[in-house]
Amino acid sequence: MYDALINLAYVVSAILFIFGLKFMSHPRTAVKGNLVSAGAMLLAVLLTLLVTGIGAYIIAGLVIGSIIGVVLAVKIQMTEMPQLVALFNGFGGAATVFVAGAELLRPNTATTPDVLLAAALSGMIGAVTFWGSLVAYGKLQELPMFKKPIEIPSGHLINAIMVMVLLLLIIFMTGAGYSVLPYLLIVIIASVLGVTLVAPIGGADMPVVIALLNSYSGLAAAATGFVIENNVLIISGSLVGASGIVLTQIMCKAMNRSLLNVVFGGLQSAAASTGPAADEVYANVRSTSADDVAMILDAAQRVVIVPGYGLAVAQAQHAVRDLATLLEEQGIEVEYAIHPVAGRMPGHMNVLLAEADIPYDKLREMDDINPTMSQVDVAIVLGANDVVNPVASTDPHSPIAGMPIIHVDKARTVIVIKRSLSPGFAGIPNPLFAADNALMLFADGKKAILDIVTAIKENA
Amino acid sequence: MVASLTIFILAIFIGFELITKVPPTLHTPLMSGSNAISGISIVGALIAASAGDSWLAAFIGLIAVILATINVVGGYLVTHRMLEMFKPKR
Repeated sequence: MYDALINLAYVVSAILFIFGLKFMSHPRTAVKGNLVSAGAMLLAVLLTLLVTGIGAYIIAGLVIGSIIGVVLAVKIQMTEMPQLVALFNGFGGAATVFVAGAELLRPNTATTPDVLLAAALSGMIGAVTFWGSLVAYGKLQELPMFKKPIEIPSGHLINAIMVMVLLLLIIFMTGAGYSVLPYLLIVIIASVLGVTLVAPIGGADMPVVIALLNSYSGLAAAATGFVIENNVLIISGSLVGASGIVLTQIMCKAMNRSLLNVVFGGLQSAAASTGPAADEVYANVRSTSADDVAMILDAAQRVVIVPGYGLAVAQAQHAVRDLATLLEEQGIEVEYAIHPVAGRMPGHMNVLLAEADIPYDKLREMDDINPTMSQVDVAIVLGANDVVNPVASTDPHSPIAGMPIIHVDKARTVIVIKRSLSPGFAGIPNPLFAADNALMLFADGKKAILDIVTAIKENA
Repeated sequence: MVASLTIFILAIFIGFELITKVPPTLHTPLMSGSNAISGISIVGALIAASAGDSWLAAFIGLIAVILATINVVGGYLVTHRMLEMFKPKR
């Protein structure tokens, strides 16, 4: 009877998780959604403590974990959010490895094939998640050893062999009653696999990798649910698994690449040589000054700002907000066009702009704003490059061919604020910079915006 | 086992339904929030840590408790921080 009640209460927790995610469908209800979800987690933890009892060292574990979690969450800069999510993801993955391992060590654990299979899977997925996330963290944090994608000689072959060995070990463990040694081997090999899978993937593809690892951490938790036969783990784990898969798909679509291509391909940098050389493309580039930009903006009615990760690097969000406010005071309509892969994880740019108090209803999605781009007087491209490169739709042989872009080239005037003509992640020149309606403002993003603001104020 | 699999598959479908409704603006908080949810393995960690039948299992479980708690507490807190910024000011 008691057990049945506890299990029923776990169901309540699972339902709350579902409602929490449901409330995430609108910025107005999202805060509530997160709180509901946190409440569901608290309920699940309390229920578990009711069953297990509260040992002093369990409390110690909870307190230590909470302190570390709070410190990390409070100290983090919004630009560093992708790293933090990667790190938390890794901890979640590692936790499932330890949980499944601990269960296998207990004499009372059932050694039926289904439990052993689930344990093997949570160990494998958890270990891949942990090490993959650590490497992703290193890349996003730009640690020196991860500056460049790490090429592993015949990496695909080695990975394929490891996957085969893992499958064999899982089959063996499922069949054998004895599980500790195969489990250890699975975790070790999966750890190596986590590193070798993520290490060769370039920085531009990190949004996909994080989304995928997010999915894995959920699936690992679900697998753990099968081990300890607890439905709340299975349900919430699969919710997260689905969430990660959906985001991965969205990211892949935004880059017009298949998941297989991201994981196994790397960006074909060699293809860059087939396009026209940079000197040729940039023969007619015209540069401008902050004063000229202020005058152009003075005559505008509708302005669209296209932010890229460069904006965040230059910490220009607040300056941009000030510029927008100034323009709006003069009756100019200002909007932001957000490409799905602007920033380093899905939706990252929106968070960075929200931090600068830019209202979310001014942030327009790419598909939403593209049809109206020809009615835009001035498009300001700030720290974005590949996502506004018209080559994506004109040259089928380009490495970014078919990638959806924001069509700033359709606007009456395009102002590109950039330090130099250096290429973006794709490593190809951008003919937009030399277009008839384009003007380059060569400067640091933040300084350029501040100069424009000053110039507008002087003119007024 | 079959019952668990059924629940697993149904939950994945619910997940797809729910997540496709989340606007791109909220994808980062969605990700960190769902990441915090994946810390649900804390339930398994607590059970393992309080295992009376094997001290080694209990010790490994305790490590899992710490890791999962970082994931849960940090994940929800940082998600809350982000979502607060999306609240309309004024």
